Amino acid sequence: MQVLYFAWMRERVGAAAEEVDPEGAATARELVERLRAREERYALAFADLAAVRVAVDQEMTDLDAPISGAREIAFFPPVTGG
Amino acid sequence: MADGAGARPQVSVQREDFDIAAEIEALTAGNRDIGAVVSFTGLVREMTGEGAIAAMELEHWPGGTENALGKIVAEAEARWPLDGVRVIHRYGPMAPGERIVLVLAASRHRAAAFEAAAFLMDYLKTRAPFWKKEHGPGGGRWVDARECDDAAAERWRDGRRG
Repeated sequence: MQVLYFAWMRERVGAAAEEVDPEGAATARELVERLRAREERYALAFADLAAVRVAVDQEMTDLDAPISGAREIAFFPPVTGG
Repeated sequence: MADGAGARPQVSVQREDFDIAAEIEALTAGNRDIGAVVSFTGLVREMTGEGAIAAMELEHWPGGTENALGKIVAEAEARWPLDGVRVIHRYGPMAPGERIVLVLAASRHRAAAFEAAAFLMDYLKTRAPFWKKEHGPGGGRWVDARECDDAAAERWRDGRRG
């Protein structure tokens, strides 16, 4: 699935978007756990789960949202527009 | 149905500045039932908690941001009897004093227009994918979300008005 990162998460991961094998992750939280275990840059980007917002196929949701069948998962910090 | 001019977009996410008077004119043109237009403009402030900033960079999510703004506009239209809504949000580099965001809400009477404009901004601040990075003497710094913005958005929950 396609995974997007924004703002300082993008900077820490070092990519705005990438194709990720979810390795059977059923929820966004499980996907984060797998990424964190994969490489240090993910551990850094997802160090504080309270600061992680998630959208599944552009639908704002939470880390416990199911992701099976999703095409695109976006991870980003709390928004600061306006 | 709020978009009286039909083809005109309700939501724009753009790099360029906007003309407030022209936007109000376009929103109200041809609809003489409108008795009130409330306009909110957000500007880049120079002084922040970290001192004076030289510039700001606004990141957005192409497609995702427009989608989120569209949902916020639809929710405002469902809650208030509006005759027009317009949201313009800029992205990219900006200097202190520049306009960042415009929200227009038009209705027959002022109460709905005032409330809808406040709702749109409160939801935009907490739900629309934008991220500010300030550039000051100490380098670049991502702006933290503010709890008071969450509290402001919270007051509209459960369909409450104001």
